Amino acid sequence: MRVLMFGWEFPPHIAGGLGTACYGMTRGLARNDVEVIFVMPRASGDEDERFVKVVNASDVEARYCNGGVAGADDIMRKISFIHIDSNMVPYISPEEFQTYREGYERTGKKFWEREGDSWTQRYTFSGKYGANLMEEVARYAVVAAEVARQLEGQFDVIHAHDWLTYFAGIAAKRVSGKPLVVHMHATSFDRSSGDNIDTRVYEIERAGMAAADRVIAVSNLTRNICIEKYNIPAERVVTVHNAVRFAEKENEAPERGVEDKIVTFLGRITYQKGPDYFVEAAAKVLKRVPNVRFVMAGSGDMMNHVIRRVARLGIADRFHFTGFLKGDDVHKMFQLSDLYIMPSVSEPFGISPLEAMRSNVPVIISKQSGVAEVLDYAVKVDYWDVDAMADAIYGFVKYPALSKMFAKKGLEEVIGLKWNNAAAKIKTVYEDAINECK
Amino acid sequence: MKTVNLYFQVHQPWRLKVYRFFNIGKDHNYLDDFTNRAIMQKVARQCYLPMNALLLNLIKEHKGAFKCSFSITGTAVEQFRIYAPEVLDSFRALAETGCVEFLAETYSHSLASLSSKEDFVEQVKLHSKMIKEEFGKKPVAFRNTELIYSDQIGEMVAALGFKTILAEGAKHVLGWKSPDYVYTNAIDNSLRVLLRNYKLSDDIAFRFSNQGWDQYPLTADKFAGWVKESAGEVVNLFMDYETFGEHQKATTGIFDFVKALPAAILSQGDMKFATVSEAAKAAQPIGVLHCPHVMSWADEERDVTAWLGNELQNEAFSKLYALKDKVKALKNADYEYVWNFMQTSDHFYYMATKWLSDGDVHSYFNPYGSSYEAFINYMNVLADFEIELDKALAAKTKKSRSKKETATA
Repeated sequence: MRVLMFGWEFPPHIAGGLGTACYGMTRGLARNDVEVIFVMPRASGDEDERFVKVVNASDVEARYCNGGVAGADDIMRKISFIHIDSNMVPYISPEEFQTYREGYERTGKKFWEREGDSWTQRYTFSGKYGANLMEEVARYAVVAAEVARQLEGQFDVIHAHDWLTYFAGIAAKRVSGKPLVVHMHATSFDRSSGDNIDTRVYEIERAGMAAADRVIAVSNLTRNICIEKYNIPAERVVTVHNAVRFAEKENEAPERGVEDKIVTFLGRITYQKGPDYFVEAAAKVLKRVPNVRFVMAGSGDMMNHVIRRVARLGIADRFHFTGFLKGDDVHKMFQLSDLYIMPSVSEPFGISPLEAMRSNVPVIISKQSGVAEVLDYAVKVDYWDVDAMADAIYGFVKYPALSKMFAKKGLEEVIGLKWNNAAAKIKTVYEDAINECK
Repeated sequence: MKTVNLYFQVHQPWRLKVYRFFNIGKDHNYLDDFTNRAIMQKVARQCYLPMNALLLNLIKEHKGAFKCSFSITGTAVEQFRIYAPEVLDSFRALAETGCVEFLAETYSHSLASLSSKEDFVEQVKLHSKMIKEEFGKKPVAFRNTELIYSDQIGEMVAALGFKTILAEGAKHVLGWKSPDYVYTNAIDNSLRVLLRNYKLSDDIAFRFSNQGWDQYPLTADKFAGWVKESAGEVVNLFMDYETFGEHQKATTGIFDFVKALPAAILSQGDMKFATVSEAAKAAQPIGVLHCPHVMSWADEERDVTAWLGNELQNEAFSKLYALKDKVKALKNADYEYVWNFMQTSDHFYYMATKWLSDGDVHSYFNPYGSSYEAFINYMNVLADFEIELDKALAAKTKKSRSKKETATA
């Protein structure tokens, strides 16, 4: 089976969980005998090529194809790459794109030269991109149609990740007549507080799912949103939970500076991630147990608000902020932790608790996260229930037996979450879509 | 005879380095040595050394008719010792003329007067001891950090044996009264209070080089005329010493202004210079100054909100002074050294979030990107300091216990 996949990012250049997920997924698919042609905007040329064949094609007209030389045993040949030059990046909102573009305009013409209807530039990728994100999404769709036309007969199914590629997926489907699978990694409702969503994005998401033969949701939570808020027929939406892939070699744990128990929150400090509830729970715990320190790692638009709240609660001597962490520091932070908490208000999946468990750290996660559906050895609380959260923190801090059990069982559990299995499910979804189309 | 009372504040804080969460428990060197040295040596070159030399010349030239007063914080003296000992020598040369008085204040330029009497007394005694050692004379007049003053603070200062205290001539406290007279403290009438004439003081400190000011340029003769015109008996000109050469650069002509000032004042007739203690005795107190609420010389509001005005500052302040008993119990010079520089008011000033009219002044002195960064950094250092204190205390109790055990055995 061969898939034409529209993705966003691929390691090492990733901005979030989607790139990591795509990497694991394509590897898993290759192991399941699925060949992947991965189309993405703006590749940089130093991706991990052991499993993907990165072809730095800045022109689709080169009629790139993988030549069909793939040996059955050689998964390295099963994934090919196509880049489409574009300013689009994952997790971008139309407003952010606008800000970016204005930034480019200020810094010089090099990055930006608008020439009327930019799609007619015919994929020459000379830097003449769409004037706004919506136009860019449309332009990307036109390029995608051309890719699909040129690769005709080389793929059996189309797979599109995240709303930005849905138009591309639809265009490829129209050109080729092949079935379309769209993958919902997050919904507009996860990106906003309450129902105050971006309706343009919502419309694209809805159109993508409506045009698709199958919709893959990363959790039942997300699946329900697709059904209830986007009116997609339930039988077309399938849940395939993400898996996780770890580096084979575990780094040596850094030396601990403090003897106190460390309870960690790691992520963007935004409404969606529920940092406030972490703070309130911390204050409750610190009233009872002195030998605990809370760490909030990350940055975000709620950071100053949280710092003020911590100061007002009078717990700033035991509540620390690290600011934004990158690379090794993230891993180091996990290794220094005794307990990890993800109190997200809304989390389609949420990979960070799995990373914590991998570092032998027990986790408390909100029931409003997709990852809660796949974990047994994690304490699950409602994000707003700070009493329950405080209670669980107290338990982990006070009763080492509990921590030990969760750490041990949690590690076993997380190692069992393999992309091979998830990819096998995705393959079934492909097969269903193909059979239905016949 | 009108008395002109010139007083200069000399202060440098020990600036903290960027201290991350990952440093806690491992790294016990909290200071940004490079920045501290660089700033100290720059200010010494641009301000302390040329200005001290100039004042020494003026004193010699006017044969004792020119006088002034200083207060120098303990943290500044510590940095002089390490980075610029020649500055200390030049201050000693001024002290030896007998025309310069050195005042007492809090050792760390701290806010201890707002914490407790105990903390405050400790800080003041430490500073007086240091001044005695460095300049040979025990101070008899007092000025609190940033001229923070209230009736209660005055009472504490009087109880410590000081005869005079400096305060701000704040409009909201004085009302129709003039700052140019001697007042007494409302609780202890034996303590004389000298109030800063902020109009004339700021003409030099803030407006001197302002070309948009309708009185620009300010000459010594013009200024002497204003002093002469002011109704009153004592004109108190209090300012940061760094005004000369640092805030007002040499190119503004500030040194020429200072050079010409004594002659300009003295030639007006019926005016003389005095040190703080002499000025307090030069005239009879005209009345009692009632100041039930704390005031200072900072910002438009003349209150303490620059240091204790938001929840970040209040939290850091209360968490700092909560460590007092631990530091006391250890009686260890290393911990006391840290304890002292952590009390410096500048750390709290960096956490201020009032960025309105006085934002310029705040950001000029602030090495941090935001008040939140300043707070996080300070609390991280404080967390490590507390861990170190706890460790040392545990070791100490263990030692004394084993000693007892061997004694009983």
